[in-house]
Amino acid sequence: MNATLEAPETATELPKLSNEEIARYSRHLILPEVGMEGQQKLKAAKVLCVGTGGLGAPMALYLAAAGVGTIGLVDFDVVDESNLQRQIIHSQATVGMLKVDSAEVMLKGLNKNTNIVKHNTMLTSANALEIFKEYDVIADGTDNFQTRYLVNDACVLTGKPNAYGSIFRFEGQASVFATEEGPCYRCLYPEPPPPGLVPSCAEGGVLGILPGLVGVIQATEVIKLILGIGEPLIGRLLLVDALGMGFRTLKLRKNPDCPACGTHEIKELIDYDQFCGIPKPTETGPLEVSSFSAVANLPEVEGIPQISVEQYKARLDAGDKPFLLDVREPHEYAIVDIGAPLIPVGQLASRIGELTIPKDTEIVVHCKSGARSQRASLILKENGFTNVSNLVGGITAWAEKIDKSLPKY
Amino acid sequence: MTINIPTPLRAYTDKKESVSVEGTTVTEGLAALVAAHPAMQQHLFTPEGKLRSFVNVYLNDDDVRYLPAKEETAVSATDELTIIPSIAGGCCR
Repeated sequence: MNATLEAPETATELPKLSNEEIARYSRHLILPEVGMEGQQKLKAAKVLCVGTGGLGAPMALYLAAAGVGTIGLVDFDVVDESNLQRQIIHSQATVGMLKVDSAEVMLKGLNKNTNIVKHNTMLTSANALEIFKEYDVIADGTDNFQTRYLVNDACVLTGKPNAYGSIFRFEGQASVFATEEGPCYRCLYPEPPPPGLVPSCAEGGVLGILPGLVGVIQATEVIKLILGIGEPLIGRLLLVDALGMGFRTLKLRKNPDCPACGTHEIKELIDYDQFCGIPKPTETGPLEVSSFSAVANLPEVEGIPQISVEQYKARLDAGDKPFLLDVREPHEYAIVDIGAPLIPVGQLASRIGELTIPKDTEIVVHCKSGARSQRASLILKENGFTNVSNLVGGITAWAEKIDKSLPKY
Repeated sequence: MTINIPTPLRAYTDKKESVSVEGTTVTEGLAALVAAHPAMQQHLFTPEGKLRSFVNVYLNDDDVRYLPAKEETAVSATDELTIIPSIAGGCCR
């Protein structure tokens, strides 16, 4: 028997693990699919989490725990108490802090070895390629269509895989896009929906646990991509239904005519606000506001006069009583109302007959933040009402500026 | 056939998760869905009557766009259509 026993080849290129790290990651090291080399690959890996919100929170936590050496965080926002229903990387103690700083506190608390790179900025066409090129895998946990297309195109252009996740109410989607052989986000969704047609989570709500579920799926895909094990969700779309607790995967095809990954027609990043038909984010409004097309601060938008809460209050104080209409949903009305009759925007066209007031009555329409009421104003105008204004900022602005005793949601 | 309705569009199907319709092709099935729930029209179709490009329709596990007969593909009573909308949520406030 040949007794020459050679030491197995070790991956010399990869960073060594300290004894402390070997102890820390022992449950990985005894998994043959990970092992010493896999753990070293994790240590060498650089992962960018775009967004440190609902999806980014659980994702970054598990990636740090798993031993990913470098985690980049992109976020420009500040922690708000209403984030804590789902964004478990932040905490009561970090409310008011920058999200990237808050996330760093928690990640360092979990794993002192993790190198955290903070990008306290909005991801834009001007900075995305520069940021992405430093990383191996990109994990898209953003919350609006503009950034989804931006992340996709930047991944295709830089050749980085995108561990994608998306959520709405009780439903989630996950996939791995922009690998060399697989489809990209544009293969699935060549064009964005027109603004306003698909509500955002801020409008439609989301079950707090759902981003945990989907974010952890994204983290799993990131780890599999780094280790080169299993079958990543390349060319498959995972659908998660939290209410039915059902998981389904659908086949995705790489579209040979895709302008991003097929024909490579897209050679540089474009203006994604314009692509999604959305006005440029203003200085006062973060991206989330523009993502559900809150109207800009203009006297008139699409032919509908815009009235501020201050102007409306002044009118009331002067004894004027415009007809106020609330177009939110009944479950929102149950949280707070300002005494207006309620017809949800989705039912307005079919229930228009309930408005028995003369067509030239002055009507002020409000919703939560001013986007749906703008849509409702247009519906009223189409139905012959001639004097319709939109209450800018909706009931949220009213609670912030006029009646501070009201709750905000 | 059964048409599975995603959460964002259930507001237009009286909250139904799935709708059973008659029809021998994908096109006929969607037409029957819109006939039963007219509010779905503007969410699925352009004013010109074309399926909106951000709405994906799957026949069982396959994207209808990639089937040889596309929307004219024959469908049996046991087949499932699934509507996959664009959703963007992730880290909203």
